[in-house]
Amino acid sequence: MLEINQLQKSYAIGDSSLHVLKGIDLSVSQGEMVAIMGSSGSGKSTLLNIIGMLDEADSGDYVLDNVPIKNLTEKKAAIYRNKFLGFIFQSFNLINYKNALENVALPLYYQGLKRKERQEKARFHLQKVGLIDWQTHLPSELSGGQKQRVAIARALASNPKLLLADEPTGALDTTTSSDIMAFLQQLNEEGITILIVTHEEDIAAMCKRIIRLRDGVIMEDKKVTQVRAESHV
Amino acid sequence: MFDIDLWREIFQSINKNRTRSLLSGFTVTFAILLFTILFGLANGLNNTFSEAFVDEASNAVFIRTGKTTKAHKGLQAGRTIQLKNRDFNFIREEFDVETEYIASKVFKNITASYKNKKNNYSLTAVNPDNQYVEKSKVFSGRYINQLDIGNKTKVIVIGKLVEEELFSKKSGLGKYINLSGISYRVVGVFSDDGGDDEERIIYMPLSTAQQIYGNNDYVDQINLTYNPSFDYNQAIDFGLDLEKKLKSRFNIAPNDQRAVRVFNRAMQNKGINQMTSVLGILILVIGMGTLIAGIVGISNIMIFIVKERTKEIGIRKALGASPKSIISIILIESILITTIAGYLGLLLGAGILEWANSALKTYFITNPSVSKTLVLSATLILIGAGTLAGYLPAKKASKIKPIVALRDD
Repeated sequence: MLEINQLQKSYAIGDSSLHVLKGIDLSVSQGEMVAIMGSSGSGKSTLLNIIGMLDEADSGDYVLDNVPIKNLTEKKAAIYRNKFLGFIFQSFNLINYKNALENVALPLYYQGLKRKERQEKARFHLQKVGLIDWQTHLPSELSGGQKQRVAIARALASNPKLLLADEPTGALDTTTSSDIMAFLQQLNEEGITILIVTHEEDIAAMCKRIIRLRDGVIMEDKKVTQVRAESHV
Repeated sequence: MFDIDLWREIFQSINKNRTRSLLSGFTVTFAILLFTILFGLANGLNNTFSEAFVDEASNAVFIRTGKTTKAHKGLQAGRTIQLKNRDFNFIREEFDVETEYIASKVFKNITASYKNKKNNYSLTAVNPDNQYVEKSKVFSGRYINQLDIGNKTKVIVIGKLVEEELFSKKSGLGKYINLSGISYRVVGVFSDDGGDDEERIIYMPLSTAQQIYGNNDYVDQINLTYNPSFDYNQAIDFGLDLEKKLKSRFNIAPNDQRAVRVFNRAMQNKGINQMTSVLGILILVIGMGTLIAGIVGISNIMIFIVKERTKEIGIRKALGASPKSIISIILIESILITTIAGYLGLLLGAGILEWANSALKTYFITNPSVSKTLVLSATLILIGAGTLAGYLPAKKASKIKPIVALRDD
């Protein structure tokens, strides 16, 4: 479902340029749960941003669900992001003046759904992450774990093909992290493809496949036996 | 297309960030407030000018005569120049194109009585055209007509105050007033914007007065209005030409200032017009300056807002917001704030002008209100201003890269 060939990316820093991705080949199929690991500066976030169409590669091919992602206009990128992808961030990135339900409904608004339909779907996903009772609460009234679950509900709302998580447990304590991972594992079992960028070994161990990046190249790509995350909910 | 969800988004954003919205609105309110007051004051000043000269038509020319002060062509100084009916005919024929209305006048002071009421009034004997030169409004009956002139009928048209005083506020139409021993039938009553003195005049046919008071064809004054299609310069040229022709007709030295005097409203109007237009330009420049300052102010705040909302915009984009939808959000917010705040300023300004109306009368400012057209055009300007103020920030917002916005600080 995801094919990447010879992906290159460099950033200009002053006069010199920093070569971040030096030819990445990657193939992910439906239903996988992949951890992308590497120390900071290894290019893992850049790779995720390119996959997430938040950034564009200098060269190389990227095909997502048989759609070549190349030379996208802003508008097209927005439509693709909305249709194909769900994002989960380390700092949750909820809109602080919108309540949980409104946050979850936002991608549906950009899909052009009617208000009633949006709220119905948003409620369904909030139910799924177990926060239906918190739907009218603002993000500031929620705990870190709850915020991340609202973010996951939001990412799921548009029925994406691929869930992209950038350090989803980076701002959470161990117990909450494990809760979130258990939930992601459950989603994966339901058939959703998940890509997680992390630098924590135990989080990576909870995935089915680990890709290690160093200095812009893939060092290692192996399937692992999944460690079940312990749910405390 | 009315997109209720877009408006919901915008109202939520304004509502949840009240201080910010209020602050940006304040700049515009203040700018429009100043603009309105300035405009109102200028308007009031203009009103004062035009009100001061509404007595006669604005294109009036008056011709009076006096004694010569200079000897000319063998004639001595000190000669009395008397206008007569033939001079009236001369002007009418010579300046057929240039004149619109023309009237001869004879002035007398008389005592008028009706039953036991008695009072002194000024009597003016005129041609029918005088009604238009003087801008008299006949509100009951009729004015002097050509038939009266031909038949030398003993009819009069009286001012509103004459009627009030002699007939105790009852209608005087058809009644007979005694003017120094002769009875005249009242055929019309008029009002005049020129003030009380103008409404204490009794008009009589010129021919009647000439026969009764002196049995001659003397005329005290000739009033006319020039062709209304003339611009100021054409009108002034006409006045000078008229004066020159009359002087040569009466054998008066061209530099004799006394013998024939042609008073041309165009001269006066040109000066007033220049002053008011300069004033208008000044007001416009200052007003526009204030408005521009307001626009720049709100533009600045919108840029700040965009900066503050960078992360939110980044999130929206990551969730699939198109650049167009981001532009609409910022732009409409800007337009909404500008329009509402501007309107508030307009209302406030109009209110202050209304409230200060009576106090301002002392400073030659009459009725300094703002017109409906101004309100309408101000609304359009405000919407335009909001668009202008919001466009750059909105464009900037639409260019925000989600990856930059979402970077964890």
